[in-house]
Amino acid sequence: MSENLVITGARSTAGDAIDLVIENGVIAEIGTGLSRSGARVIDADGLLALPGLVDLHTHLREPGFEASETVLTGTRAAAAGGYTAVFAMPNTSPVADTAGVVEQELALGEAARYATVQPIGAVTVGQKGERLAELGAMAASRARVRVFSDDGFCVWDPLIMRRALEYVKSFGGVIAQHAQDPRLTEGAQMNEGAVSAELGLTGWPAVAEESIIARDVLLAEHVGSRLHVCHLSTAGSVDIIRWAKKRGIDVTAEVTPHHLLLTDDLVRGYDARYKVNPPLRREEDVLAVREGLADGTIDIVATDHAPHPSENKACEWQAAANGMVGLESALRVVQQSMVDTGLLDWAGVARVMSTTPARIGSLAGFGSLEVGAPAHVTLYDPSVQGVFTEADLHGRSANSPYLGRELPGRVQWTIHGGTVTVEDGAPVESLA
Amino acid sequence: MRHLLDTRTLDHATAVRVLDVAEDMADTQSRQVKKLPTLLGKTVVNLFFEDSTRTRISFEAAAKRLSADVINFAAKGSSVSKGESLKDTAQTLQAMGADAVVVRHSASGAPQTLATSGWISAGVVNAGDGTHEHPTQALLDAFTIRKRRYGADSRGKDLSGLRVVIVGDVLHSRVARSNVWLLSTLGAEVTLVTPPTLVPQNVSQWPVRVLFDLEQALAEGPDAVMMLRIQAERMHAAYFPNEREYTRLWGLDALRVERLPEQTIIMHPGPMNRGLEISTEAADSPRSTVLEQVANGVSVRMAVLYLLLAGERDAREGVQ
Repeated sequence: MSENLVITGARSTAGDAIDLVIENGVIAEIGTGLSRSGARVIDADGLLALPGLVDLHTHLREPGFEASETVLTGTRAAAAGGYTAVFAMPNTSPVADTAGVVEQELALGEAARYATVQPIGAVTVGQKGERLAELGAMAASRARVRVFSDDGFCVWDPLIMRRALEYVKSFGGVIAQHAQDPRLTEGAQMNEGAVSAELGLTGWPAVAEESIIARDVLLAEHVGSRLHVCHLSTAGSVDIIRWAKKRGIDVTAEVTPHHLLLTDDLVRGYDARYKVNPPLRREEDVLAVREGLADGTIDIVATDHAPHPSENKACEWQAAANGMVGLESALRVVQQSMVDTGLLDWAGVARVMSTTPARIGSLAGFGSLEVGAPAHVTLYDPSVQGVFTEADLHGRSANSPYLGRELPGRVQWTIHGGTVTVEDGAPVESLA
Repeated sequence: MRHLLDTRTLDHATAVRVLDVAEDMADTQSRQVKKLPTLLGKTVVNLFFEDSTRTRISFEAAAKRLSADVINFAAKGSSVSKGESLKDTAQTLQAMGADAVVVRHSASGAPQTLATSGWISAGVVNAGDGTHEHPTQALLDAFTIRKRRYGADSRGKDLSGLRVVIVGDVLHSRVARSNVWLLSTLGAEVTLVTPPTLVPQNVSQWPVRVLFDLEQALAEGPDAVMMLRIQAERMHAAYFPNEREYTRLWGLDALRVERLPEQTIIMHPGPMNRGLEISTEAADSPRSTVLEQVANGVSVRMAVLYLLLAGERDAREGVQ
């Protein structure tokens, strides 16, 4: 149940001390020295108050792959990481390519209550890249879908991509492209470069991403549509987006936490926890995507949270599944890679992990801490350090690349629409 | 030696030691009774996820001549979706009490996964993994080069100053990778000659020189020319126009052999495609070491199993 809350002694992203009063799920007052009789008081002394985080790229696996994750466990993991809304990718079984499936996804999220689940619709039927899914029906459904993606697959056919970009204009939609030329990445196992040469693993060349992004920004320009680029991972991709934005093309781009921190050197041990698509890249690419995020070329951080059961990772590299869980670690990784390096301030973090993802996804009521807005709040302690362990994971799968790694920070409280979902560092067991 | 997974991390001293122990093993193989009691009671499992009769029988002969018990395990279908997983197979072998597992797998890195996973306590020998490494092949190649050069005085020597040219499909070759690391660790100068489509896109960190012109490499009069096998599936994947053109540009034909200095040896890991990467004249000439490589393979694999299973005892104990 949503209860009335008074958060005292928090620090705003601007560095000011603030109290917040939350009543009936809405931020009622922001100031100093605030109190309300009968309200629960949260002592947030020294904690940073961020607008509740929004993830534009989450795989919740339900329906169809409940052994990996469910909407309940995935949103609990989201809450643990400070997220109050997640956009659920459509590669479920059945694929979310009809109004019925996206409405089911929405309903599962409403029942789980840990975070708002905003379904993403598939661009093409069955994500097969052959003909458009019922985009209009999904947009008009109760799930009011605005983001469409075949994530996991590239909308490779240039004509289908053009039509999709054009078609969603009528309801303000956006196509989120998984940029990967399928021919250039046949059998690809890791970034193509010095490490793949040594390990004898088939390479996934940067050009396979960059050539699709280049094509798509030109298509978006030609038809005057909005394009979003998923999990951009290479220095060349940053250059192309920078060029496109300078030219006035309506494009946004995301980077994952792992591409901000990890490099393909980690593949040397053939530990499949580091297998992900797009793959971990070189140090030069990591530095370039950080710079791109800092200067606004890259708009947001999105997790690409991709749970897999242990048998899909405890095997030879080639047989292992692509993907990493990322919701619980994202904010801490962004602190380490962007804030502690001086590239981004906390207002910037709020922008790239909450405000802008909500705007790109046309999700109302998220992305700002202001009076009258729904109370989505993340209280974060950036001053602590700790080793990331399985105890930090709250979904159904443990395929995190950060296990055993020292990371800064800790999410202390998450509040979703006035409901406390994370309490003193731990997800609330039952929201009933 | 706990495992033998690759040659990239094999240091100079260990590499020379393996070759020297292999010399001792080779000496025993000229005796009337070839069998040694050294590994009596030890169990060696040949775990082959990929067909390879040649490598398997070489390891089998090596283990048997050291009196180990040998179990051959041909496991087909390596992925989670196809039959038993690597993990379950490994744990089965562990339960049966394997002391060493010789593994051949189509997936690069599978032996390392096996060795580091905690599923198994046996020593792991990589008998070829995907397009990654084939360390015992490189060791037997180094042994062969050293033997041809130094004969009975081989012990303790490395390959300093020798020039080796490796020709062919380096991109997909585990033999090439293992040789690049091992031969250069042993002091040889390695030159790769390949079509530009069949060398990894970035070999800047390899201790090699890359040429596209076979004539140029051969004109320098190298000490050894190693021809790599061209696999049938490459011919249909647009890596080069057709077999004729490959043979013309990168094949070791009779004319090219004739122009080589007398002491240059010709090597091939087998099986050979006669008439494609190597001509019959080259394969059957006195400078060809193809059959010596096979014989030396048994000695080198005996040495590896011995060092893996007999611990850190003096290499000559029980051998002489």
